[in-house]
Amino acid sequence: MKLTLKVWRQKSKDHKGNFENHQIEASEHMSFLEMMDVLNERLIEKKADPIAFAHDCREGICGTCNMVINGKPHGPMKGTTVCQLHMREFNDGDVIVIEPWRAAAFPIIKDLVVDRSSFDRIIQAGGYISVNTGQAQDANSIPIEKDVAAQAMDAATCIGCGACVAACPNASAMLFTSAKVNHLALLPQGQVESSKRVRSMVKQMDEEGFGACSNTGACEVECPKEISIENIAAMNRMYIAAVVGQQDQV
Amino acid sequence: MINLDPKIPKGELGEKWTQYRGTMNLVAPNNKRRIDIIVVGTGLAGASAAATLGELGYNVKAFTFHDSPRRAHSIAAQGGINAAKNYQNDGDSVYRLFYDTIKGGDYRSREANVHRLAEVSVNIIDQAVAQGVPLAREYGGLLANRSFGGVQVSRTFYAKGQTGQQLLLGAYSALSRQISLGNVRMYNRHEMVDLVKVDGKARGIITRNLLTGKLDRHAAHCVVLATGGYGNVFYLSTNAMGCNVTAAWRAVHRGALMANPCYTQIHPTCIPQSGSYQSKLTLMSESLRNDGRVWVPNKVEDAEAIRKGQKTALDIPEEDRDYYLERRYPAFGNLVPRDVASRAAKVACDEGKGVVATGLGVYLDFASAIERYGKGEAHSKGIHNPGKDVITKLGEEVVAAKYGNLFDMYFKITGENPYKMPMKIYPAVHYTMGGLWVDYNLETNVPGLFALGECNFSDHGANRLGASALMQGLADGYFVIPYTIGQFLSNEIRTPKISDQLPEFEQIEKEAQARIDRLMNINGNQSAESFHRRLGAIVWEYCGMSRSEAGLKKGRQLIRDLRSEFYKDLFIPGTKDEFNPELEKALRVADFLELGETMMVDALDRNESCGGHFREEYASSEGEAARNDADYTYAAAWEWNETEPVLHKEKLEFENVELKTRSYK
Repeated sequence: MKLTLKVWRQKSKDHKGNFENHQIEASEHMSFLEMMDVLNERLIEKKADPIAFAHDCREGICGTCNMVINGKPHGPMKGTTVCQLHMREFNDGDVIVIEPWRAAAFPIIKDLVVDRSSFDRIIQAGGYISVNTGQAQDANSIPIEKDVAAQAMDAATCIGCGACVAACPNASAMLFTSAKVNHLALLPQGQVESSKRVRSMVKQMDEEGFGACSNTGACEVECPKEISIENIAAMNRMYIAAVVGQQDQV
Repeated sequence: MINLDPKIPKGELGEKWTQYRGTMNLVAPNNKRRIDIIVVGTGLAGASAAATLGELGYNVKAFTFHDSPRRAHSIAAQGGINAAKNYQNDGDSVYRLFYDTIKGGDYRSREANVHRLAEVSVNIIDQAVAQGVPLAREYGGLLANRSFGGVQVSRTFYAKGQTGQQLLLGAYSALSRQISLGNVRMYNRHEMVDLVKVDGKARGIITRNLLTGKLDRHAAHCVVLATGGYGNVFYLSTNAMGCNVTAAWRAVHRGALMANPCYTQIHPTCIPQSGSYQSKLTLMSESLRNDGRVWVPNKVEDAEAIRKGQKTALDIPEEDRDYYLERRYPAFGNLVPRDVASRAAKVACDEGKGVVATGLGVYLDFASAIERYGKGEAHSKGIHNPGKDVITKLGEEVVAAKYGNLFDMYFKITGENPYKMPMKIYPAVHYTMGGLWVDYNLETNVPGLFALGECNFSDHGANRLGASALMQGLADGYFVIPYTIGQFLSNEIRTPKISDQLPEFEQIEKEAQARIDRLMNINGNQSAESFHRRLGAIVWEYCGMSRSEAGLKKGRQLIRDLRSEFYKDLFIPGTKDEFNPELEKALRVADFLELGETMMVDALDRNESCGGHFREEYASSEGEAARNDADYTYAAAWEWNETEPVLHKEKLEFENVELKTRSYK
């Protein structure tokens, strides 16, 4: 199949970016990133600057890859990361527009690579249970209802890719933050700190420059792990209870 | 020859670790505050070590080349983690986990290390649950288990098909907590490019800031490497694209020894290669072999028709199918260890019975499981005489609940529905049992340099059992190194802060810079990627699933030729002083080119077959691996040398386990 790619090029966050056109011959069995590999190999052969893009595991779990393809984070297929997307989803002659995540809290490093360290800082603000190694009791001494454990797992499945932020018109990180808040609050081990945790993580999220949530639901639609927007509602309830219920400082 | 003292504590096998732990030297809290530790790598081993050492009060600096510690490749482990909890009351015990691991490793691992691993396995599950890792549960709210290859009990804990992800996120959360408390300083996007020794002890590293290209010096009282395995030497593997051997190999250049590099694990159930552009292979978890049945057509004509697209699996009647694992290994059936299952698949395909266009693929079929589960569900729902449709629907729901994400992943990659058609699978490189030589303290032969997790060689012998990599990574990081590092550091409490202005740092930084300049200045015509691809093809061909003396000699020469071509014709676009993924890749490929040769040399030295190392000359009449215990019961630790790597041996002593021919029949 013959394709036209319009790829975002930007030397660094301080440079102006622009779209660059490339023609490429691809096979339908290729993954999207393998198609990008082929393009880069050709650019290197011509001694041109290859396109910088983030990728690692190439099986949809590490959360590294991030491209907005034809306006959709991770491309057209539901519940998939870019690395899991295959060229069979496209047609001969298609024009494909490839852009990076765009959000103030995710500054561009080069081309399609962005800096998502803001996510790490949100987790550092409280996305954990305060237990030291060696302090744990026997694992089966805390029975957890199967459904509750499954719900926690659904929230914990977040890969930290940032598609929710890229999809949101306000570049809000509410889905990411709420997924971690809920994962931990649902479990008895995590309930002890849940009030402090939600205040502290929301505060950090705001400081990082992510936007507010206006309930468009775009995050849920684009999340490659299909994490539910109900997490946001649950976090909002928890946050209000925490702020109203307790006046101590975070 | 270097004297490789494993420093195994005295005493009964079951008492060694407890006694040792109770008598080893400690570092007092006031002294811990003055001691700096560098941890390189933030996967299960690195993140758990950095977090725990931070909790203990040491000053920790942690490094990863990723943009975040959460991206480490441990995240991709699917199936589960073993622990001798015996929650299923099925006869499991610490001794049985120890024995299974020793046997699974084909009697080429160190008894004392493996026993310790089995002992601390139970603590890992407790720790993970306390951190909020959502492991799978039964209706009663207690933890669920499943079985993995090479064992006859259910001791594997799991979180859907994302166990590695959940355990890594647990370790990452513990690490994040220590970062926020100021006990760990985290350096993302920093790659270790060299190791610095002062007076013979590991005292620091040189890193390259991947965003700016700047080289930095980091000094500490000791250095811990937890940098994973070297499976990407094969280019195509289930490893993530960034996995590399550079940190470990740089340590080898500074005197550490690489042990048993030829012990590589080929995982039997991966999605077959589809084209020459292929960048990596995807694993389908071993847990699938709990319910999937492996088969090929009995008749070569049927296989040919399938390859040409004239027939599908569904056209082959039951009597014309060869469930070869069940036939050859009735006691373990589809759950034989990985090395055995992989070789059996190769044998079937070599006979012309492969079922994908390239000839390299076999079926993994869930039809029987769907029927069995469907009947069970119908019964428990009170549906009498259910029709086939009902059984299939109910059965598919059970299978989806167990393996849904794996089935989805398969569908996304291949475009085929595995609920209706058997999966097609083929072995692929997955894990490396070899690694830096370490003693019982996980310390390499370089004092003050430690190696944890897949990066060391210690626990899996010649073959690793499924669900044991997560166990070892976390055992080393949470429960071993926090104790054993004290044996070194208790003698360092009077050592003042190490200065990064010492001449040793200046010298090593210069050498690292020179290496980068050398690659940048070649200015040839071929990309690092293209060299890597060619290297991988050579290593797979001559040092893959089966090896021979002639092949290994040829492979070694081909790698040497490729290496000299690399240094003449490499081309790296861009400059060294910027974000330059091509330069990162080139530095890693340069190290793989040396490691690859060492693997061939090691495989040549080992005139026997054991575990993942199968030498065609040494096979039983039934085609099984034939060990040579009289001559090869040693760990082969290699000192790198451009002309001829030098072998150092650690004799493996078996005091508790009798060496037997491994049988899964």
